[in-house]
Amino acid sequence: MKNWMKGTLLASGLALGFAGAASASELTIVSWGGAYTKSQVKAYHEPYTAMTGTKIKSEDYSGGLAEVKAQVEAGNVSWDLVDVELSDAIRGCDEGILETIDHSILPAAPDGTPASEDFIEGTLHECAVGLIVWSTVYAYDTTKFSGDQPSTIGDFFDTAKFPGKRGLRKGPKPNLEFALIADGVAAADVYDVLATPEGVDRAFAKLDTIKDSAIWWEAGAQPPQMLADGEVVMSTAYNGRIFNAVATENKPFEIVWDGQVWDLDLWVIPKGAPNKDEAMKFAAFSSDTQRLADQASWISYGPVRKSSTALIGKHAEAGIDMAPHMPTAPENFGNALQNDFEFWADHQDELNERFNAWLAQ
Amino acid sequence: MATNDDFIVRFENVQKSYDGESLVVKDLNLNVDRGEFLTMLGPSGSGKTTCLMMLAGFEPATHGEIYLNDRPINNVPPHKRGIGMVFQNYALFPHMTVAENLAFPLEVRGMSKADTEAKVTRALEMVRLGPFGGRRPAQLSGGQQQRVAVARALVFDPDLVLMDEPLGALDKNLREEMQYEIKHIHETVGVSVVYVTHDQSEALTMSNRVAVFDDGIIQQLAPPEELYERPVNAFVAYFIGENNRLYGTVKEVKGESSVVEIDGGGGMIESLAVNTGGVGSRTTLSLRPERVVVSPTAGSMQNVVSGKVEELIYLGDHIRTRMTVSGNNEFIVKVPNAQGHATLKVGEEVQLGWTTEDCRALDAPAGAA
Amino acid sequence: MSDAVAGKDGDFSIADGQNLKQRLRKATSRARWQAVFMVAPLGVFVLLTFILPIAQMLFRSVDDPVVSDALPQTVVALESWTDRSELPEEAVYAALAADLKFLRAGGADGEGKSLIGRLATRLNFDTSGVRSTITKTARKVKKIEAPFKEAFIKADKKWGQPDIWASIDRLGGAVNSTQFLAALDLRQDVNGDIVSQPEVRQIYVTLWLRTLWISLLVTVICVALAYPVSYLLATLPLRISNLLIICVLLPFWTSLLVRTTSWIVVLGQNGVLLEALHLIGLVGEGADRPQLIYNMTGTIVAMTHILLPFMVLPLYSVMKGISPSYMRAARSLGANPTLAFVRVYLPQTVPGLGAGCILVFILAIGYYITPALVGGQDGQLISNFIAYHMQRSLNWGLAAALGTMLLAGVMALYWLYDKIVGINNMKLG
Repeated sequence: MKNWMKGTLLASGLALGFAGAASASELTIVSWGGAYTKSQVKAYHEPYTAMTGTKIKSEDYSGGLAEVKAQVEAGNVSWDLVDVELSDAIRGCDEGILETIDHSILPAAPDGTPASEDFIEGTLHECAVGLIVWSTVYAYDTTKFSGDQPSTIGDFFDTAKFPGKRGLRKGPKPNLEFALIADGVAAADVYDVLATPEGVDRAFAKLDTIKDSAIWWEAGAQPPQMLADGEVVMSTAYNGRIFNAVATENKPFEIVWDGQVWDLDLWVIPKGAPNKDEAMKFAAFSSDTQRLADQASWISYGPVRKSSTALIGKHAEAGIDMAPHMPTAPENFGNALQNDFEFWADHQDELNERFNAWLAQ
Repeated sequence: MATNDDFIVRFENVQKSYDGESLVVKDLNLNVDRGEFLTMLGPSGSGKTTCLMMLAGFEPATHGEIYLNDRPINNVPPHKRGIGMVFQNYALFPHMTVAENLAFPLEVRGMSKADTEAKVTRALEMVRLGPFGGRRPAQLSGGQQQRVAVARALVFDPDLVLMDEPLGALDKNLREEMQYEIKHIHETVGVSVVYVTHDQSEALTMSNRVAVFDDGIIQQLAPPEELYERPVNAFVAYFIGENNRLYGTVKEVKGESSVVEIDGGGGMIESLAVNTGGVGSRTTLSLRPERVVVSPTAGSMQNVVSGKVEELIYLGDHIRTRMTVSGNNEFIVKVPNAQGHATLKVGEEVQLGWTTEDCRALDAPAGAA
Repeated sequence: MSDAVAGKDGDFSIADGQNLKQRLRKATSRARWQAVFMVAPLGVFVLLTFILPIAQMLFRSVDDPVVSDALPQTVVALESWTDRSELPEEAVYAALAADLKFLRAGGADGEGKSLIGRLATRLNFDTSGVRSTITKTARKVKKIEAPFKEAFIKADKKWGQPDIWASIDRLGGAVNSTQFLAALDLRQDVNGDIVSQPEVRQIYVTLWLRTLWISLLVTVICVALAYPVSYLLATLPLRISNLLIICVLLPFWTSLLVRTTSWIVVLGQNGVLLEALHLIGLVGEGADRPQLIYNMTGTIVAMTHILLPFMVLPLYSVMKGISPSYMRAARSLGANPTLAFVRVYLPQTVPGLGAGCILVFILAIGYYITPALVGGQDGQLISNFIAYHMQRSLNWGLAAALGTMLLAGVMALYWLYDKIVGINNMKLG
């Protein structure tokens, strides 16, 4: 039965296109698009092509493992390297749709520290190599409030003090974390509370208070746009997107770092990638100390190598000092929470369902 | 003059214009007698269908008044006029059966179910379609559809039925059959009919009177035989039946007849002065082909000319002969295929004769001086 | 004609009569093979790109081999588990240990570890939170020794609750209906009885109803808007109606995304419409303004706009063929304009109306992109959740079950239409 399934998938895949027939000297690298992909092109792709002559085809996607899974199952893999979130990296690895990556190919830090020690703990995995720390924060339009400006995560939920529409990601993650922190749960206890039914109820109850003011976004590019259009007065957002709107488009947005939920982005290689070896080389090259530091001069996401932090300079175009805008900068990291991939791997199905049911009510 | 009561329809000074620039119907005055079969005959664009549409209520008259049973109907909507109508393409409702089509006018009048059924059955029998009540119109032949359309226009007992070229879509044999059938129904039912057609034989076959339309004007309104025998102008003569035309100038007027000099040295012809001016005016002589006698006995005909046989066509009951007469090489003579008729040969020169009464001097062709 | 054939036939014996048929078949077979040859490429294309994927989708909604592949011994051992208030016997735990050990060692095809991942994912769809139970236990399974029951419960306390075992038992059959139950907000409890999902997780019934309701509403609005427009188009002179038809078709030539996003511009909080209404003083500022987009209103407006041409075109083409003399005939027969319309005109437009309604309703019931963009929270339809399960949660089985039900719904609708109106009585254009 299974073979029959594979056969039809393969036949359908073949009939629908031969996207997988990429040439050997071309890498297909898939990432999230926009300013983020641009930072990778500038910091990784261009130097790599200059060095090796390998052409790189850059594709955009909107996250998730669906396409990788479809390609692997159809035996028609066209992607060589994909930028994914931590939970997807773990899950894809568990399901066997990702190649394992030998960490010994990763270069040591300039001072000789081996890669396994240079990478922040938890950023190297069996099937994935970490790149950056990014964060979900909330940002507001400074022109909308004359007196007090929002400064804590609690203010985001306070529509009496700061009236106006709120933009939120359409999904439980990390809205439930924000809700609990705003409701007074310490960042360190958030996932313990959320693991209990009462904790989930509590988080949803807190979300209920702003449901009528909420406008939901799905793609990372939406929140700055919604803020700019006046559709919302404040919105949760990926910190890099907001930074770029401020730095390159001079938007009057301000990030509130209190209660930020940070996560990782990592390289993974789909099982059966057409240029697997080249992809490995590229993964090693792009995650070296200098490349990660270079990327931080294009977008305000923090490098996962300790040795890169010292090399972070100014924004390549706006000339702004980048270090204070990193999620990992000490003044931003006070009340920060790391996204717990294990918790979400276990509970995302249930919580997604509950979130969708809650939305539909 | 008859009282108004005898007229079912009266048109009084009716004019119609679609574009506000030209008149399609010019000052129409027409009375339709009760029980009459009146045909409006004319070429397309002559205004006959427009008249019918104004009578039915689908087009408003631009000027003038139309009376139905002595009641002005300009402001009466079509569905309140109570006029039956048969359309060119029958307009049978395709989603209803034949019986439902026939029942429609009765239902909208709120007739009871039983009465409706009885009337529908009778109407179907009248057009000899008794067993076809359950069929859809598309399952019937053209002639059958035609009969249903007639039955539907009559089923609610209107005193006036309009027919807009109802036989146009049928083939020749069927058309003739239907002509008699409609005529028969008209006589049996006693309804008044206003019939529109461009087919003159249809008009002559069926009508009590025919109104010949051209250019928005009734050219002549008369019973069929009068129309044929005594057309009052060149258009009617030309439009009704076959007709030889000779052009000339009036030379002398003698009481009811006038002497006309035919163009191109055709000699003098004595003709009935019907529609001509005085001496010197232009005229068209109209002469029916069957009224021309080949090699007439000397002295029996007022007019004798010579003609040259150009073409002979054998048509069974007569031989159609094309000749050149006075320079007109389209002169047609019908030689009856009778005992001892003249035997002609192409190229032969023969004498042709006709009487003054059969040769009508009519108005000059438009554009001629 | 028939006489001639019969006469000829009469000359042959009965056996030869068959020969005649054979000869006829031979004569036409060449033409038939040519026809087959000409449609073959299309046939193969449709088979590969349409029929097979749909068959596969249908299959995937019930095909669920992960648990039986991964835990064959456990599934068999669980058959003895009858008293659901108690935990399974020691033998079941032993079987599970054997299964997991075998998988950790590579399994039957060397893919045992990834099978553990898939098993964890699959069980987690069914019973939330057991994913880590499986992965963690599997990592430690080498050290698990008899007595297995205590050892498993020590490794993760969830092994001491019946839920996970019921889950394994439920999904133990390679073909099962759990996804269809889930698609109707139902589940099997520990005892195997079918019960409703907990209230906070109920969503699909609401979505089905909403999808039906919105599709119906959009269809009705489309009829209301398209009917007069089509009538106008069909009765106007050709020169003008052709121009207007282009206006109707214009949306067809514009990208769906552009059209949808232009509604965002029009209906947004600071959009054209509300700003205009604000200028003439009908709406206020900020929070006082009604929400026109990112909700059901936005979905209905944008979908109606996008689907309107699908209603106009069949209606127009049918109306174009209805001679004005029908209405005149009805009037002359004594029907007032309303009655003439209802009894004579309307029934004749039914084929176009039916085609338009079916087209719009079926397109609406499966609509995805527009609700996704402008639907906000209460304007999402069932297809958005199919997409969600395809792309985000990767619960393809549930997506397939939802898709199968949608397909069945559309088929049922089609059947119903055939019964009521007749499929031949449909004119698409």
